[in-house]
Amino acid sequence: ASGPEKYTEEFIKKQIEEFNLGKRHLANMMGEDPETFTQEDIDRAVAYLFPSGLFDKQARPMMKHPTEIFPEQRKIQWGEDGRPFHFLFYTGKQSYYSLMHVSMENICDILNRNLAGSRWLTKIELEEMLLEKLSDDDYSRFIQLLEKLMTLPCVDMEEKHIRKFSKEVPMQLKKVVIEPLKYDERGVAFSTGEGTRKTAKATVVVYDNGTGKITVNGIDILHYFPVLQDREQLLFPFQFLDRVGKHDMVCTVSGGGRSTQAGAIRLASAKALRSFVTEKEVEFMRQAGLLTLDPRVKERKKPGQEGARRKFTWKKR
Amino acid sequence: RAPSMAVPRLLRAGERVVPFPARPARVTPPPAVGASGLVLQSRLVPCKPVDDKLLSEPLSHPDFFNVKELFSLKDLFDARVHLGHKKGCRHRFMEPYIFGCRLDQDIIDLDQTMQHLQLALNFTAHIAYRKGIILFISRKRQFCHLVESTARECGEYAHTRYWQGGLLTNAHIQFGPGVRLPDLLVFLSSLNNVFEPHVAIRDAAKMNIPTVGVVDTNCNPCLITYPIPGNDDSPTAMELYCKLFRMTIIRAKDKRRQSEVFNELRSKAEGN
Repeated sequence: ASGPEKYTEEFIKKQIEEFNLGKRHLANMMGEDPETFTQEDIDRAVAYLFPSGLFDKQARPMMKHPTEIFPEQRKIQWGEDGRPFHFLFYTGKQSYYSLMHVSMENICDILNRNLAGSRWLTKIELEEMLLEKLSDDDYSRFIQLLEKLMTLPCVDMEEKHIRKFSKEVPMQLKKVVIEPLKYDERGVAFSTGEGTRKTAKATVVVYDNGTGKITVNGIDILHYFPVLQDREQLLFPFQFLDRVGKHDMVCTVSGGGRSTQAGAIRLASAKALRSFVTEKEVEFMRQAGLLTLDPRVKERKKPGQEGARRKFTWKKR
Repeated sequence: RAPSMAVPRLLRAGERVVPFPARPARVTPPPAVGASGLVLQSRLVPCKPVDDKLLSEPLSHPDFFNVKELFSLKDLFDARVHLGHKKGCRHRFMEPYIFGCRLDQDIIDLDQTMQHLQLALNFTAHIAYRKGIILFISRKRQFCHLVESTARECGEYAHTRYWQGGLLTNAHIQFGPGVRLPDLLVFLSSLNNVFEPHVAIRDAAKMNIPTVGVVDTNCNPCLITYPIPGNDDSPTAMELYCKLFRMTIIRAKDKRRQSEVFNELRSKAEGN
């Protein structure tokens, strides 16, 4: 067998019985009361009966309780029928892995908890709590004091007190709200939309009962966008919804270049058209990609390279 | 009970197909491993005639614990058990269990899975009924916590960590003399983190310990006694397996407790 010597429980029990018996014999030998024979008395008796001239105190004869002599053994980890007590016994390091298991459980609990925001009590709720009238000034001063308290370190000690004044607000999924149609002085329905693409920003007002006239920054599109490709981009949302000649559009756009501005106006007009159209068609537009902001921006130039991706010319020698 | 049931399985070395009626009515229980590693009369074998009846009665029914009602084909389909890996990852020995291949992804035959799952759950239930030790093994990190919780709830054991080489084969030096080895290993994923067959499959075969395992299309089903062809990567599939094993084990243990109480009452009545 390898490792330190292993003592069984029965062996240790027998040793303890022998020690107690020996203690009583020793007490009788010394003429003292066996019941009140302490460890110090044992040491004195042994030193008297077996005098030793050895210098090392540990080498002299001693009689101590077996638990002090035999090193502590790990108790047997399984019951009478052989089944181990701990469910992770067969891993070898049961205590360590059970710690890991418990920590993982804590992580899962925290992640599954609904992350709720919290807000302070409103003035009315505070008035109800205190049963006193408050002025707006008093209320704002109190909230400022609470905010100051939150910024300090070691807030946990006062957390119970602070929690009386805050309420939990469950997080709600944001649903995209389609704005209803607005009506101007002439009684014509219109709606606005905003769109961006790279660095261009566009705002668009789409009027109903129109003839398909489109104005950009006060200029007609034929003059503003001489290239056919840009005009096709502007036309796409109307073409998709079969409303080509039915709407008028007034746009303002800034930033970017020629095709970027066209893309920005396209997104803005699609967003504006949502108010004129059924929910099913809005879903079709979304699937066609008309309502998605194009995330592509100019990639940064990196050091050691000529551009974002282009490397310097490789010279063999 | 039956390697000769209607499930087409690869006949392994030493296995002989015996026609069904010619089998003896009383099947001896599987010999468990005792202290010295030899096949001994272990704690599973009864001594009294009353216990004898207790242990032989479940063996006379093909589905004593009624495990068939725990799952249906639709449940397996909804839990995405039929999805396998891509064609390139396919293991040669999994070909009999694969239904087909769609867009390069293998689909596992759920009819065969149903049969194998029923056999495996029935076997686990019998082992749990006879108070055997069941060890759940899975080396998938995402499901480590789930498997350990399942084992804890059943009152059985789990090992989802790094497998030290001599755990089964060198148990007396690693744990201490007189340790009892598991009577069944349940693999909820039979590969380890480097996509090789888990060492415990081979060790269990060496120590004569039966194994039940979920084999995916890239696994080797050879040394596993009761393979269950099915997906081992989806969270839904793993939760389904854990739920099924947990229910069978708890059911079997409850049945055992009921039978013991019943027997005690009966013997008291007879004594009076």
